[in-house]
Amino acid sequence: MSAATKSPEASRASESLRALVRGRLFWPLVTLALLLSFNLVFNTHFFSITVRDGHLYGSLIDILNRAAPLMIVAMGLTLVIATHGIDISVGAVVAISGAVAATLIGGQLTPGGGAPEAAGHPMPLVIIAALGVAMALGMWNGALISFFGMQPIIATLILLVAGRGVAQLITGGQIITIYHTPYFFIGNGFFAGLPFSLFIVTAVLLFLLVLTRRTALGLFIEAVGLNPVAARFAGVRARAITFWAYAFCGLCAGIAGLIISSNVKSADGNNAGLLFELDAILAVVLGGTSLNGGRFTLVGSVLGALIIQTLTTTIYSVGVPPEVTLVVKAAVVFLVSILQSDRVRDRITSMGKLGEAL
Amino acid sequence: MRNESDSRFFAAPRPLPARAPARPRLDSRHLPFMVTLGLFGVMFGAGSIAFDGFFSLQVFLNLFIDNAFLLIAAVGMTFVIISGGIDLSVGSVTALTTMVLAYLVENRGWSPALVIPLVLLMGATIGLIHGFVIQYFSLQPFIVTLAGMFLARGLCYLISVDSIAISHPFFTDISAIRYPLPFETSVSVNVVMALGVLLGAVYLAHSTRLGRTLYAIGGSEQSALLMGLPVARTKIFVYTFSGFCSALAGIAFTFYMLSGYGLHAQGMEMDAIAAVVVGGTLLTGGAGHVLGTLVGVLIYGTIQTLIMFEGSLSSWWTKIVIGLLLLVFCLLQKVLARAPARQGSTRAARQDTAQPHSISSPIEQTAQAGG
Repeated sequence: MSAATKSPEASRASESLRALVRGRLFWPLVTLALLLSFNLVFNTHFFSITVRDGHLYGSLIDILNRAAPLMIVAMGLTLVIATHGIDISVGAVVAISGAVAATLIGGQLTPGGGAPEAAGHPMPLVIIAALGVAMALGMWNGALISFFGMQPIIATLILLVAGRGVAQLITGGQIITIYHTPYFFIGNGFFAGLPFSLFIVTAVLLFLLVLTRRTALGLFIEAVGLNPVAARFAGVRARAITFWAYAFCGLCAGIAGLIISSNVKSADGNNAGLLFELDAILAVVLGGTSLNGGRFTLVGSVLGALIIQTLTTTIYSVGVPPEVTLVVKAAVVFLVSILQSDRVRDRITSMGKLGEAL
Repeated sequence: MRNESDSRFFAAPRPLPARAPARPRLDSRHLPFMVTLGLFGVMFGAGSIAFDGFFSLQVFLNLFIDNAFLLIAAVGMTFVIISGGIDLSVGSVTALTTMVLAYLVENRGWSPALVIPLVLLMGATIGLIHGFVIQYFSLQPFIVTLAGMFLARGLCYLISVDSIAISHPFFTDISAIRYPLPFETSVSVNVVMALGVLLGAVYLAHSTRLGRTLYAIGGSEQSALLMGLPVARTKIFVYTFSGFCSALAGIAFTFYMLSGYGLHAQGMEMDAIAAVVVGGTLLTGGAGHVLGTLVGVLIYGTIQTLIMFEGSLSSWWTKIVIGLLLLVFCLLQKVLARAPARQGSTRAARQDTAQPHSISSPIEQTAQAGG
């Protein structure tokens, strides 16, 4: 009632403020800003960026580089979660993709740093093979879910359990070291002064943004996530969309597997990408995409991945023992998910209304 | 979600298709358990034929001895899954229990008589918090227990990043105890503990009011609420019980390994979920039997034993075989869930043909809605 008596400018200002607060990118941005400002105060070296050999170095660049695999997987997972699904097998797919690439590329150790080490197979072939396997695994998930009607969590649980076994089978249970130097460029290389992995992230992000925001595909995905039955009656090919969402998520995990294996110059079927699915889900949730499906924000998921990596790097650089990372992560998950719950949202909205009435 | 799609079909002028008669429904729900039991028989039989010394009571009892902690945790998980939820914190709470036990007994010199009730209380409290947050903030169990998983693992590393060996006589004595059985066989304390938990859980799930409420919630939480069942209390109990079981599994793990370590029981929650599903419990909730979980754990153990006897196969085959079994059982459950609908009244069949996209079974509906 009393809102009407307010001056129009004030109400417009509060309106736009409310729209900003309600915007899905608001909370992820605030979280990231808080983390960065914490670093600004307690960690003076954090924002310094130096140029060495024409490459940029610094904590910020490091965060971007290290978050690259997580950003890519989080984007793929965002599409899956938008269809009201979940993919808990991404960690296993990361391990398999790395294992395939490492086994195929092989290479020999040349003592004394002689000629560039020969690759077992040409690199484009290796990359296509690893990505093909990863996408096939995503299609397997998609087929189980969209055509057999299996619950997403069970269907991907199968691959989560079996996938790590398959990765160990490929590597023979060993850690496969990669000696082929050109392969290292994917995860460690620099292009135009920036880490090469960032260009991969940008490419995936742009591709997805164009696909979901410039075509009707994004709308279809949201329709499937809100109500698959209604979407089907409205003429949306819900099954096909669900299928391709999982296939693409597998492909993203494959790309991440390539980056990680190139970064650590080896593939470990047992430990590569361990708990990666949980970090990726966390990134999506932190980014403001609801696990109930329907609405999604790709940029939010990228921000979510950056928040996780910034948090980790902050904890390391402040000198707190790395063991604390998990506890802090847990606290963040609890806090964010409680803040996102309807109950708390309703409470906040009603408090806002109360404030207006006063 | 379920109500919305239901009302879509209810709006049709035809009356509701009659529910399939109770008896075949019941049978089809018990069929996965029968298949599981049969599968266990076949696997154990095949092992007995293929390998000398496989067919013995002690090999069978070793399945219990080596998997007692998994059985305890899986029993708690069964309750959670029947209620339609999931608990991802099982493995890490188990690890945290071993860590707290080892730290307090070895580094602080506390008495085990004090520490054991303390860790059980700790496990139950973690579960209680999960249940409370899930119920009162209506959050997804997946995310809440995921946070609990991070928290418990993190706390492990806060206590110590290294393994703590346990040399306290109480633990070494108990881990050495073997209860003799006929034919010169024996079982450990863990087995007695696990079977005790199992029997208690069978009674709780299948003969008490709480058990019936549990199945009702798993079938449809909305209906359970409308029936006036204590949904909130039961759901919180389920997670508390799972946390308690995880802590008990941690104690069993300590007797088995005689050490506390943050990396213990890594991925055990997935093994437990797999055992529950292979045991015939639907991940969508509302159907299953606690004894199925026992058979699920035994199948898990048999696969490991088979691979051990084979010798040339490596341990990762366990994971692949478990994954394949999960696949087979999930597909089997889908087929069984559809079967009664097909045999049902012709009216239901007509509706199916009239609307080719209609969702025919309630399980499929929850599959679309849940997750």
